Amino acid sequence: MKPELFTKDTTAIVYGYHVNAIQRMLDFDYAAGRKTPSVAAIVNPGSEGVHKVFFGKGEVLLPMYKNFSAAAVKHPKADVVVNFASFRSAFESSMEALNHPNIRTVCVIAEGVPERRARILAATAKKLDKMVIGPATVGGIKAGCFKIANTAGTYENIVESRLHRPGSVGFVSKSGGLSNECYNIIARNTDGLYEGIAIGGDAYPGSTLLEHILRYEAIPAVKMIVALGEIGGTEELRIVEALKAKKIKKPLVIWVTGTCSTMFPAGVQFGHAGAKAGSDLETAQAKNKALKDAGAIVPDSFNDYGVKVNETYEKLVKKGTIKPAADVPAPTLPMDFAQALKEGKIRKATTFINTISNEKKEELEYLNIPISKVLESNMGIGGVIGLLWFKRQLPDYGNKFLETALMLTADHGPAVSGAHNAIVAARAGKDIISSLASGLLTIGPRFGGAIDGAAQHFKRAYDAGLTPEQFINDMKAKGINVPGIGHKVKSLSNPDMRVTQLKAFCKKNFTDTSLLDYALEVEQLTTKKKGNLILNVDGCIGICFVDMLSSAGSFTKDEIDNIVNMGCLNALFVVGRSIGIFGHIFDQKRLKQPLYRTPYDEIAYMTDL
Amino acid sequence: MAQRGIREYEGKKILFDGLAKTIPSFKGKSEKLALVRPDTDPKQLVKDHPWLLKTKLVAKPDQLFGKRGKHGLLCLNADWKTAWKWISDRMHKTVTVGKTTGELNTFMIEPFTPHKEDAEECYVAIRAYRDFDTIYLSNKGGIYVEENWNKVKETHVPILSTIDDVKLNMPEFGKRKAQIEQFVRALYKVYAEGHFTYLEINPFTFLGDEIVPLDLVARVDDTAAFECVKIWGDLEFPSSFGQHLTKEEEFIRGIDEGTGASLKLTMLNPEGRIWNMVAGGGASVIYADTVCDLGYSKELANYGEYSGDPSAEDTYQYARTVLDLLTRKKDPRGKVLIIGGGIANFTDVAKTFKGIIKALTEYKTKLVEGKVRIYVRRGGPNYKEGLANMRKLGETLGVPIEVYGPETHMTAVVSMALNPAPAKAPACKPARAGGKK
Repeated sequence: MKPELFTKDTTAIVYGYHVNAIQRMLDFDYAAGRKTPSVAAIVNPGSEGVHKVFFGKGEVLLPMYKNFSAAAVKHPKADVVVNFASFRSAFESSMEALNHPNIRTVCVIAEGVPERRARILAATAKKLDKMVIGPATVGGIKAGCFKIANTAGTYENIVESRLHRPGSVGFVSKSGGLSNECYNIIARNTDGLYEGIAIGGDAYPGSTLLEHILRYEAIPAVKMIVALGEIGGTEELRIVEALKAKKIKKPLVIWVTGTCSTMFPAGVQFGHAGAKAGSDLETAQAKNKALKDAGAIVPDSFNDYGVKVNETYEKLVKKGTIKPAADVPAPTLPMDFAQALKEGKIRKATTFINTISNEKKEELEYLNIPISKVLESNMGIGGVIGLLWFKRQLPDYGNKFLETALMLTADHGPAVSGAHNAIVAARAGKDIISSLASGLLTIGPRFGGAIDGAAQHFKRAYDAGLTPEQFINDMKAKGINVPGIGHKVKSLSNPDMRVTQLKAFCKKNFTDTSLLDYALEVEQLTTKKKGNLILNVDGCIGICFVDMLSSAGSFTKDEIDNIVNMGCLNALFVVGRSIGIFGHIFDQKRLKQPLYRTPYDEIAYMTDL
Repeated sequence: MAQRGIREYEGKKILFDGLAKTIPSFKGKSEKLALVRPDTDPKQLVKDHPWLLKTKLVAKPDQLFGKRGKHGLLCLNADWKTAWKWISDRMHKTVTVGKTTGELNTFMIEPFTPHKEDAEECYVAIRAYRDFDTIYLSNKGGIYVEENWNKVKETHVPILSTIDDVKLNMPEFGKRKAQIEQFVRALYKVYAEGHFTYLEINPFTFLGDEIVPLDLVARVDDTAAFECVKIWGDLEFPSSFGQHLTKEEEFIRGIDEGTGASLKLTMLNPEGRIWNMVAGGGASVIYADTVCDLGYSKELANYGEYSGDPSAEDTYQYARTVLDLLTRKKDPRGKVLIIGGGIANFTDVAKTFKGIIKALTEYKTKLVEGKVRIYVRRGGPNYKEGLANMRKLGETLGVPIEVYGPETHMTAVVSMALNPAPAKAPACKPARAGGKK
């Protein structure tokens, strides 16, 4: 195959939805001054569509396909596949890519591809005269042209290692992590990198150190070659043979790592799967010596690696072989919002304030109390309402009172407007949320509003110092029926047991029942006019609620006013009644009731009027 | 993850089950293998393997080392009682095999096959190379194979071919030729399908018309586990003979197996003064190299690495394990901790350092008491933040921390740490243009 793998026009299909790697490829493109993004398409087995990504200062859309062949057909010019598939599927997807006529180079990122599979990949590539880089690699980079995946890290590093424009050095290593270190060394000791490949640390990489060295030998712009080998395997010995056979004529600076292994007990597995000496020939010492004897430039230790690279480079400059590549400034990449924020370079005004709960803590919190503590404390739903609505831990009787209110308001039969509407909606085949909403939307001044109204009016009158009599007259003058007063059938002699129990509970537990006492005085007067004008359950809930807040002792007067005026009591009714409305909805659905139509005899047709 | 040795017991089980598919005489053979560990109950073993009472037996250690006959570690032609006593006498005994000393703790038992040594022992092995597998076949097996290595016939099976496409290069086997050819071809299939990387049967012999493999050595590629669930069963990868993991090594191995990142720790010398906590599989080797190259190999305490963007929590656990080991024993000269690494591609340096800083803070008192000096060198995503945090820590930790970035040669901190007085380390040459900070 042709020695050059990449040009400034090379485009790739990225297999796997790796957004950071894709962004870094396009950031490199911007640094290198590419006109088109180096990623032609993304293969994402999960979904298709488009992926939005920055290209320099603006944004572009990259097409995304469900399978590789669809991407390859639509993007015939893309001849590189960057394969992020996991070790389980890397083989199949890489073979598919390799066998596609459009594709010349496949880079396999996954670690843990079975050796036999990797050997088949390598042999297939050889047979088809194509290139496999990896498995278990970060990839590679051709300075100023094309970058594979996460190679060379951040934009800052790319610019610092001057990878946005080509130099004269060809580099190859096994290790992906060290390749980046070596680009730094090369940048600091020569006119820069021409191309660098990390073949991967496995025992059988798809392409070998020697294959890439021979490519660099054939590329005229590469003037010197730098390589980093590793203990284990006999790959470096093939470089020795190539040196002896004069197949490598350009200066080769190489170091084989792992010299420490002879000091270690047998069987230590280094970080790379291939890094284990099976015989004396595979030790780093043996390989370094053989390379040196064959004419390679080998430092005494990694400490001198950069020095040897520099010496070799300076000699070539002196000889005139290298005319140092000019430095081109890289454009400044706008900083990502998140990064800038993290580094404290910018600040941003928020649009919301939240003071009641926090899901960003290690554990969900309601008003700074971890949810586990909420459960442990047995505060019940009343306690949760206290935390989230009133921002207080209410006393136990407060929690109990709220729960009692919820139980009492949960349902009032099917005939009331809320339940009725919900039933009609449910029978029209609507979903539970729509049916619930249709019922809840009837709650207002005429239905369910008495609790709120009673609390507000009684409280206003009591706070203003009106006598019960003055209050009744005042309401009469305004033409408002006193909310919370009156029942269809019940009277003082035939009391509503719900009210009796509620009153007893408040009397027993609350430290302050002044509003209830006031209401009972009012009741004394109204019942004199008509026996059924008693304090009803709605009125009792609303009025006792105010006493509960006063009894709790942790609310100021203004806070209590605010709670009442915000409509918290209406909210209590809505929550309670939702339980009953759901009951009616499920009842209708369970009974598979058909569409409801109001019977004609329910409607007075008076269109002639 | 790499090539791993497996027990002869498990190797034979996989082998016999695979061979039984094409060669009837191997049917049921995998049942007639028994493994004895320290906690094996003989009564239960006999209950599970009634054949132990009916046949003459072979017992031998099964701990990934060879030349057992030469070391007197073979019990041949024994009845059950004798075999069990032989094993019991040797359980937990320390022996030296070649250069390695270790404890005997696992044995295998199998039926004994009588045979004439000189004529009837053959050799077969298969080994993986890059482009092909090589089958080695000889009619002179057993202890004679090495001196007769020139008589071994080799057959290459190219990686893109199947064994059926290849002509087998065979030595003289007389009337057994066809039978052995069938056996070797079936063997290759088991080898390939089971992702073996090395398989050696030395020797195999004959019992009537049957081929009987005697001793087996096998290595498999453990990365293929997901493909071999059925073939391997619940395959165990024992540590090599004489090597046993410390509690801390075991702990780190546990974290390593539970994450996509890589965390490795091998203790070399717990009393050593030089401790490495290095990021990157490649860089970690170079740091260890450099310590050895500078002549301090005897003082190097550990080998290890963390890489692949581990979480701050995993890095913390890793760091505190190393710090715990480091601070257990004091050295009057003090100790050195090298927190090294190359320029990361995608590991978030600030994030991983967060875990390390947390651990260092936790061990503050012990680090001061142990007179520990710390040297940091690292680059990569968010390295500036990570290094700045390390420098900040240095103001309060009470032990000296020197912090360097990509402008300093990767291993320069090793020389600084080992020769602190002159502090003359090979610095990277400054970039000649552009890219300056």
